[in-house]
Amino acid sequence: MSASDRNTILYSVRRSLGRSGPVDDGTAAKLRARIAGHARNIVPARTDLDDAGLVDLFQTMAEKVFATVERVSDMSEVPGAVGDYLRRENLPAQVVMAPDETLDAAPWSDNALMDIRRGTPVEADQVSVTSAPVAVAETGTLAMFSGPAHPSTLNFIPETHVVVLPASRVVKAYEDVFDAVRAQMGDAESGRNGLPPRTVNFITGPSRSGDIEQTLLLGAHGPRRLHIVIVEDGEQDAPQNG
Amino acid sequence: MSQRSGVALFVTCLVDLFRPNVGFAAVKLMQDAGCTVEVPEAQTCCGQPAYNSGDRKDTIAIAKQVIAAFEGYDHVVAPSGSCAGMIKKHYPEALADDPAWLARAEALSAKTHELVSFLTDVLKIEKVEAAYDGTVTYHDSCSGLRELGIHGQPRKLLDGVDGLHLRELNDANVCCGFGGTFCVKYPDISNRMVSNKMDEIVATGAETLLAGDMGCLMNMAGKLHREGANVRVRHVAEVLAGMADGPAIGEPKVASVKP
Amino acid sequence: MNVSTTRNFKANAAEQLANETLRGALTKSKGHFTGGRATAAANLPEFEALRDQARDIKNHTIENLDFYLEAYEEKVTDVGGQVHWARTAEDARNIVLEICRSVDAKAVNKGKSMISEECAINDMLEANGIRAVETDLGEYIIQLRGETPSHIIAPAVHLTKGQVEESFRANHTHLDPDRVLEEPPTLLNEARTILREKYFQAEVGITGANLLVAETGSSIIVTNEGNGDLSQLIPKVHIVLASLEKIVPTLEDASTILRVLARSATGQEFSSYTTVSTGPKREGDPDGPEQYHVILLDNGRSDMLGSEFQDMLRCIRCGACMNHCPVYQSVGGHAYGWVYPGPMGSVLSPGLLGVDEAGHLPNASSFCGRCEEVCPVRIPLPKLMRHWREQEFEKHLSPGAARVGLGLWAFFAKRPKLYQLATGLEMRVLAWLGRKRGRFTSLPLAGGWTKYRELPAPQGRTFQSRWKLGERPQAGGAQ
Repeated sequence: MSASDRNTILYSVRRSLGRSGPVDDGTAAKLRARIAGHARNIVPARTDLDDAGLVDLFQTMAEKVFATVERVSDMSEVPGAVGDYLRRENLPAQVVMAPDETLDAAPWSDNALMDIRRGTPVEADQVSVTSAPVAVAETGTLAMFSGPAHPSTLNFIPETHVVVLPASRVVKAYEDVFDAVRAQMGDAESGRNGLPPRTVNFITGPSRSGDIEQTLLLGAHGPRRLHIVIVEDGEQDAPQNG
Repeated sequence: MSQRSGVALFVTCLVDLFRPNVGFAAVKLMQDAGCTVEVPEAQTCCGQPAYNSGDRKDTIAIAKQVIAAFEGYDHVVAPSGSCAGMIKKHYPEALADDPAWLARAEALSAKTHELVSFLTDVLKIEKVEAAYDGTVTYHDSCSGLRELGIHGQPRKLLDGVDGLHLRELNDANVCCGFGGTFCVKYPDISNRMVSNKMDEIVATGAETLLAGDMGCLMNMAGKLHREGANVRVRHVAEVLAGMADGPAIGEPKVASVKP
Repeated sequence: MNVSTTRNFKANAAEQLANETLRGALTKSKGHFTGGRATAAANLPEFEALRDQARDIKNHTIENLDFYLEAYEEKVTDVGGQVHWARTAEDARNIVLEICRSVDAKAVNKGKSMISEECAINDMLEANGIRAVETDLGEYIIQLRGETPSHIIAPAVHLTKGQVEESFRANHTHLDPDRVLEEPPTLLNEARTILREKYFQAEVGITGANLLVAETGSSIIVTNEGNGDLSQLIPKVHIVLASLEKIVPTLEDASTILRVLARSATGQEFSSYTTVSTGPKREGDPDGPEQYHVILLDNGRSDMLGSEFQDMLRCIRCGACMNHCPVYQSVGGHAYGWVYPGPMGSVLSPGLLGVDEAGHLPNASSFCGRCEEVCPVRIPLPKLMRHWREQEFEKHLSPGAARVGLGLWAFFAKRPKLYQLATGLEMRVLAWLGRKRGRFTSLPLAGGWTKYRELPAPQGRTFQSRWKLGERPQAGGAQ
């Protein structure tokens, strides 16, 4: 049974490491401290840029992996930009959208032709629109946190994924994302109840596969298109949940 | 460290048995650079075949023999990256459990060198007096490249050889398939590797193939000859020493017809 | 079950070498991976330092493995997940079956997992009336063909698009037989459509884990397709299969390993999807699994700990070693006869299967060292292969003829005077025999060599005999 398997495995591990029992108290304290301290290792110097530089780097890296990126000045321009994008790509003006506060702030009703459903996607949905709580300049990576306001399936089921990203949410490196996760966990108002999101999706470009003769193809299972709308004056706050 | 001093030549079994000219070329290069070169008698093999076959006992016996015969010299030089690598990197590993011998192995390791890198890195030779009319291509033998970092040095000296034109070999740093006993234990796989290597050599259009290790050279020469390719194979020392006028590897003494 | 044919390595290899389709496929893929890694490494100045840190993180964790496993388990339990401990592959199969039965599962969707291959999970599920659907495109293709993966991250690297088309036509019989299906985009579209349906039909999703994080009790998967995500978000149950050594202490440690993982594997800076999963869905989450199970598999790892093979436990399964290995590139992954091919398979398989079963693998190497050169966590793969050869030598497992030959060589090598006497004569005889052509097309006892190559003849007297006779080179000039 599993309990004795557990003990057998731990015993075997300890014996191989030359011990007859767990690590001593001093070592255990050190190891616990190492975890609690979660010190950073090397973070690449390419991220040593000012805010504007980070947004530029994010865009450059995201475009390298075949995401498309555009910039608008503020949230009022977002519905129009999204509508234009769908038209350009010959996609229907019909989207499933994350029910989050960031997107609440955009005047979607300005664009009467767009059919918007807030919630969880179904197989028939062709386009999803979400915001991103934080984005990593280092490799042009978006980080999505699952939650009531952001079903993770929005990141995967529709063929086209449009992401609204306030420029102030671009951070340097993955470690900054994890600090944001920890901040939410520690914040009583966040609704996280001291837990991380069930799913943190780091998304770098559209879905792809090279499994057929190494030919790079987009849209293997996840979205074929990833379109990022950077909002220069989206908000002044630190990264937060959408 | 005195640069021009007592050097012991570790001739290597393949040079000793199959192509002594390479040994004489090595001696000449070092003597021309001002070294006194001796050839300790009690040498046979560096022990790699035993080592790579998992025979620790014989490896250790041979290593001790080599250490004892060579440790009295200022430098030990071998015209082979794999043999020099064996002495330099692997003797200390093999003798790790014996502190006294480990110390002696480490001492020997510190003064053991592959030939070409000895000339450039220790003797600071910039150019050799040699001429070779023709195009050559160069294969980077694995041990020399990855254990000893030999890459730029032979190219630098070849660059100074009058009349010589070097064409880089595509995949020069990919194994030729020799690997010691590997080539006879797994001949089918070794054959695929040396066939790929041969295709790349022929694709350069070079007339001559050079490298720093006799095992690789014999393997590649053997394949080139079997397939009737028009490429002559020599050890790089022969060209650098200006001793590349005799038969190439696998050619008869009187080469009346170019193979 | 996942039967190994590693004993037949030589025959397997010969068969694969004769496979021209394989040769074409491998030639196509090789430069892609090696070029990709080289470019990625060149574009990151910190790459070498990150490799050192990745190595150090893995070493630290392995040296305190029991502590981190318990810390991890505690955290998983805190967030509402369940940890199961499996000593053997059979234990893992039993646990998976039990979980599937508990939710009356009819179908299981699978993200790519080498542990599931090692434990032969699919066969077990099928034998118990549960449909196992591979969702990774490469794995799906080989599942249709009844094959095993030939590479740990590119399972179908050995196939041409023609072979993929043939499999799709043979299996997707409900589709129009006259449809155009030659080019990769149409093949991908067809796979995507077919698998889309299946995503919504499974009660259980099984993924592997590239990393387990002790700090948060999280599992991390790295994919490009997004299939691992769909496999774990939609079904009721998410099972993570991971071997013990996948664990790292913190999210920051995971970040370091992730930085060298994709770069070493495909040359990407980061894969399309890197997902950190922590427990079942939270209250109020609109999607996500209701149950989260992690199966920790030993199956020989705890025995490798504390042994001379401990370094192998650092492996992060990137595949760089096999991408750069000239032996793998010649024979492909199937020749290795079991789950793990290439250099890492050559070290790991004897550890998991026993050296008498898998002994060929560490022998089929020329020790060129390219694998060690590119390993992101600096595993000394040739050295570990040599340790296996030492074990075989001590156990007298090496083939008799080779042992005798090498023994003879060592006998002479330890006796310089005798050596010089014997070789002095022998080389002169051989030189004389080969004097006409300077080489031998065949020679007794040299069949392994002369099967494919000419054997250059010796020049005549040995160097040492000539030197002893006073021969010296002519002086010249060097600067």
